[in-house]
Amino acid sequence: MSSKLIYAVYDDPDTTVEAGRIVTDAGIKVNTVYSPFPVHGIDDAIKLPRTRISVAAFLFGAMGTSFAAWMTWYMLIYDWPMNVGGKPSFSFAENFPSFVPVMFELTILLGAHGMIWTFFFISGILPGAKNKNPDPRTTDDKFIIEIDPSKQAQKEDEIIGMLKNAGAIEINRGE
Amino acid sequence: MHGESQYRVPLIRGDKTYHQITEDICAPIEGRAGKLWYLAFTVSAVAALWGVGCISYLLGTGVGVWGLNRTVNWAWDITNFVWWVGIGHAGTLISAVLLLFRQRWRMAVNRSAEAMTIFAVVCAGMFPLIHMGRLWVGYWTLPLPNQFGSLWVNFNSPLLWDVFAISTYFSVSLGFWYTGLIPDFATVRDRQVIPWMKKIYQITSFGWSGTAKQWQRFEEVSLVLAGMSTPLVLSVHTIVSFDFATSVIPGWHTTIFPPYFVAGAIFSGFAMVLTLLLIMRKVLKLEDYITVGHVESMNKIIIVTGSIVGVAYITELFVAYYSGVQYEQYAFLNRATGPLAWSYWIMMGCNVISPQVFWIKKLRTNLTFTFFMSLVVNVGMWFERFVIIVTSLHRDYLPSSWTMFYPTWVDVGVYVGTMGIFFTLFLLFSRTFPVIAMAELKSILKISGEGWKKRQKEHEHEHDHH
Repeated sequence: MSSKLIYAVYDDPDTTVEAGRIVTDAGIKVNTVYSPFPVHGIDDAIKLPRTRISVAAFLFGAMGTSFAAWMTWYMLIYDWPMNVGGKPSFSFAENFPSFVPVMFELTILLGAHGMIWTFFFISGILPGAKNKNPDPRTTDDKFIIEIDPSKQAQKEDEIIGMLKNAGAIEINRGE
Repeated sequence: MHGESQYRVPLIRGDKTYHQITEDICAPIEGRAGKLWYLAFTVSAVAALWGVGCISYLLGTGVGVWGLNRTVNWAWDITNFVWWVGIGHAGTLISAVLLLFRQRWRMAVNRSAEAMTIFAVVCAGMFPLIHMGRLWVGYWTLPLPNQFGSLWVNFNSPLLWDVFAISTYFSVSLGFWYTGLIPDFATVRDRQVIPWMKKIYQITSFGWSGTAKQWQRFEEVSLVLAGMSTPLVLSVHTIVSFDFATSVIPGWHTTIFPPYFVAGAIFSGFAMVLTLLLIMRKVLKLEDYITVGHVESMNKIIIVTGSIVGVAYITELFVAYYSGVQYEQYAFLNRATGPLAWSYWIMMGCNVISPQVFWIKKLRTNLTFTFFMSLVVNVGMWFERFVIIVTSLHRDYLPSSWTMFYPTWVDVGVYVGTMGIFFTLFLLFSRTFPVIAMAELKSILKISGEGWKKRQKEHEHEHDHH
């Protein structure tokens, strides 16, 4: 019994944020909060560290720019210079303006897809993955705070009491 | 939660709960389609099949079955290409640019507008490919050494830039759209009782659980993708305009093209969004979410972009005169008074004069009138591309090669076919996808829902009495 997780169900985003703040401030570690939409302020309330996922976008984007620069240089300057319409084609610097559109597009292409797939992989959302929300109502209109009582200094009843006082409409238990 | 000014009209009508939003938006997916839907679907599917037939005939016989000739070597095909790409722009504008500007009204329309973007780009992309005549060598546009040696593609050519721009635009829009769909698919999944439906939405929702960390990353991804899509969408029509602007054809070789094309694209795209949404909100009973306020906002964007387009037309005309270049001057004289002048005046009438009526509030909040105007703008913008392409080409530098362009039934058939494909895809979308971004909409319910705003007002009054 004591190893079972506590799922405190709320029906309002603001109450959820408040409840999250109350238990976190009391030194209880909140595993996570399930919600049907992004609840603003919840990251701050349960002390969730800032995501660094935009770094991935930057790195992939930079990869795109460098790849496009290398590709245009290799293909049109180094390997087989083409003189089309008298446009300079014998040095990258002179030909650079023509290469800007392709460099820009590849920056966006790699940056965007790199970021999307990074997001999918690190969040475990992939085709065929199983969802982990404990209650189907969390994608509709309910909010659940998940706490593992075995890892807290406080007694279980004390935690449940706090969650209820903060406005929980149900307390469920699960693995 | 922060309240919104009472002066603002609520974005969600009626006293909705979170659950009611889920119910309303999942209803078309779970319910049965009406007769009207089947009728529309049949008509669109027949048109799409007709288009596939025309394309097969074209590919089997050759591009000669189109009305093109030595002088007018671009006509309906590229007109349609530019028209469809332009239509696509509204979706990205709504989902990316309006996200950066924190415009809450975008949330009710972004999903379907983005779907429209994707379907429009599918239709657009078809035209350059079939114009090759030999579809199976389409991969020659990719940066591969061709089989005649180590010759590569030419990165100096705007046509090649277009290959990169359109494919990036299509795939990034698709990724952006799908990322936004995942939480909503999860909502549909979690309420399914029919096993096979649950299975399908289980797969499409990628196992989304909606944890705080997932939402935090989701929001960051949406913001950064919006930041990337904004310059992307501007670059796409800029590059499409480069196809013309970097050439030496009078009427095309102008520096005004990029901003003028981008504004025109957004203008026509919003018109198409209105055409689709005004029907969709009625048929799917989404009037509480896509309100007159939403339509009015879109009409305001139509005035702005329509006016930019109007100014561009007149600037172009003036600069042609002022340049002192006789070829340039003749190109514009021919547009306005030549044998295709009728198309020029349709363009001017539909794009410059008619959108100005939206300055009148009564008209821009009238849904029937807006629907009519959205069709007018779509026609006008098609003719804009036709005027630019055909009138510039058919009387070029060499009067001995002057000719006319007449479309053949295959030209018309392929165009009608893409319309069919577009509407077929959109109709399928409207019955299988959550057509409104539920999760996003729920996040503004307490700020901009009618019921919540009313309670907030009463609350404020109570405070006044003390």
